[in-house]
Amino acid sequence: MEAGDSSGGSAAYWVRRAVSSIIVIWGVATLVFVTLRLVPGDPVESILGEQALEVDKEKLRQCLDLHLSLPVQYGHFMVEVATGTFGELCDQKNVTVRDKLLESIPPTLELAVASMLMAILIAIPLGVISALKRGTWIDAGAAFVSLLGLSMPNFWLGPMLLILFSITLRVLPDPGAGIEGLAGLILPAITLGTALSAKLTRMTRTSVLEVLGQDHVRTARAKGLSERVVVARHVLRNALIPVTTIAGLQLGALLTGAIIVEKVFARPGLGSLLLEAIEMRNYRVVQGCVLVIALTYVVVNLLTDLLYTRIDPRVSLTR
Amino acid sequence: MLDLRWLARSPTALFGALVLTAVLVCALFGPLLAPYARSDRDVTQQLQGPTATHPFGTDENGADMVTEVIHGARVAVLVGLGSVCVSLLVGVSLGALSGYLGGWVDEVIMRVIEMLLAFPGILLAILIIFITQEPSLLTVIFALSLTGWTGYARLVRGQVLVERERDYVEAARALGLPTPTILARHILPNVLGPVIVQATFGIAGAILAEASLSFLGLGPQNTASWGALLNQGANYFLIAQHMALVPGVAIMLTVLSINFIGDALRDHLDPRLATQPQS
Repeated sequence: MEAGDSSGGSAAYWVRRAVSSIIVIWGVATLVFVTLRLVPGDPVESILGEQALEVDKEKLRQCLDLHLSLPVQYGHFMVEVATGTFGELCDQKNVTVRDKLLESIPPTLELAVASMLMAILIAIPLGVISALKRGTWIDAGAAFVSLLGLSMPNFWLGPMLLILFSITLRVLPDPGAGIEGLAGLILPAITLGTALSAKLTRMTRTSVLEVLGQDHVRTARAKGLSERVVVARHVLRNALIPVTTIAGLQLGALLTGAIIVEKVFARPGLGSLLLEAIEMRNYRVVQGCVLVIALTYVVVNLLTDLLYTRIDPRVSLTR
Repeated sequence: MLDLRWLARSPTALFGALVLTAVLVCALFGPLLAPYARSDRDVTQQLQGPTATHPFGTDENGADMVTEVIHGARVAVLVGLGSVCVSLLVGVSLGALSGYLGGWVDEVIMRVIEMLLAFPGILLAILIIFITQEPSLLTVIFALSLTGWTGYARLVRGQVLVERERDYVEAARALGLPTPTILARHILPNVLGPVIVQATFGIAGAILAEASLSFLGLGPQNTASWGALLNQGANYFLIAQHMALVPGVAIMLTVLSINFIGDALRDHLDPRLATQPQS
């Protein structure tokens, strides 16, 4: 462990990490390109149907670059990814996939952030309490609830919450009734955040237990500090560092979870866009959605690592 | 491993084992146990809530929900076990090679893993199913294994990196044993504990993933998947809540049971966690 490495070493590390992230992004884009070209049969026919007019088929083939050789298609594709347009739509004039994505990203982001906040607000207190009260019924209860949360599929929890809160109790907006604003965000955020919350509760508990067993905590207690001060100053600070990292790394799971939750609550967003594109067999949009989700995930992971080294100077990522 | 006392020590794991036995029996003998055939439809009994003849009610075609849920067990078990077996086979072998050989083999395998891990959750599976158009059970198993193996590979690689420096491996090398023998006979048996625990949770994950795909309409076609039943049920949840409730409970109980067993198994096999410092 080269803890407290000179900043030169860590700069080299970050350059290497950035380069490797770019390589991963290139690899991901290439993988998506290759995968979509593996579709058996003629994609044009699968979009338009066999009976479509030859003229229309030809037009779509031109639009999708399918009349070009594979290397040229790949070149075009890479330019579209690098410039971030992800290509033009074939069924609408002068609209690029980027325009579609820009419309869809904000609602999904809103949902993901709300779920993350909800998960953290529940998980951290619950995890800390269950670690401090280890072995009591509170701990056992929290463990059971988290395992339940982990096992509950979000596409089931969503409809159940709707039935309970919107139909039976009528305290939250009706499903389908133009869900707007904060009230409309509550149920989707709970649905999406439950599994994450369960995961984070377990992590927090383990992390707090680990720190509680360390020497510096014993020293703090031996100094005669009150339990409250020991927990707040010496335990929480150290225990929550790995938890924040894990929370950051879970953003990807939230983004794919959003695909399902958006369907359950008929919310607009990246997931709805992807599902609609899959149904319409709109290759470009499918490609764009998958790439955006994967790229976001790679970038967030990189940022989480960066944040981790910032808040915990002991962590040295240089190998 | 065959000593099952760890199971008896945990009431939740015991509960899990009971539920899973029931699920396995349904998966194996489903058609014999189901009260009706899947093709049996009583059009006069559509969207019925629970009754004596249909304890879980009927769906919009008048099909019996008990029958549907029993048939769904087979899909869940096949996908859960199938994708974990494929993932284990690929992940354990590549992870072991990666850790033991190091060098460019390690480099290539690790880069491939990094690339696959850039697709969070079921995203890559969605893409694979999109290109196959009419996904079968095998397609779904393949799609889930495509990213599933990476976790096992990383775990095994890490363990092998530690083990390969040990004296017993050195001794095996000195005896001139070939690499595959050293890996399979000497190293792997010593690193399997955590892999088994992760595989247990992996089965639960795969069942949830398949149900998610089916809920999105991207699961194996023409099967009674629990996710597909739930998707169907979600259309009627204003008038027939049981249709979404029943398959949802089936998924949850199955996944919860596997997680219970996984937790107990981890406490049993991973002594580091069992001997956490008492505060």
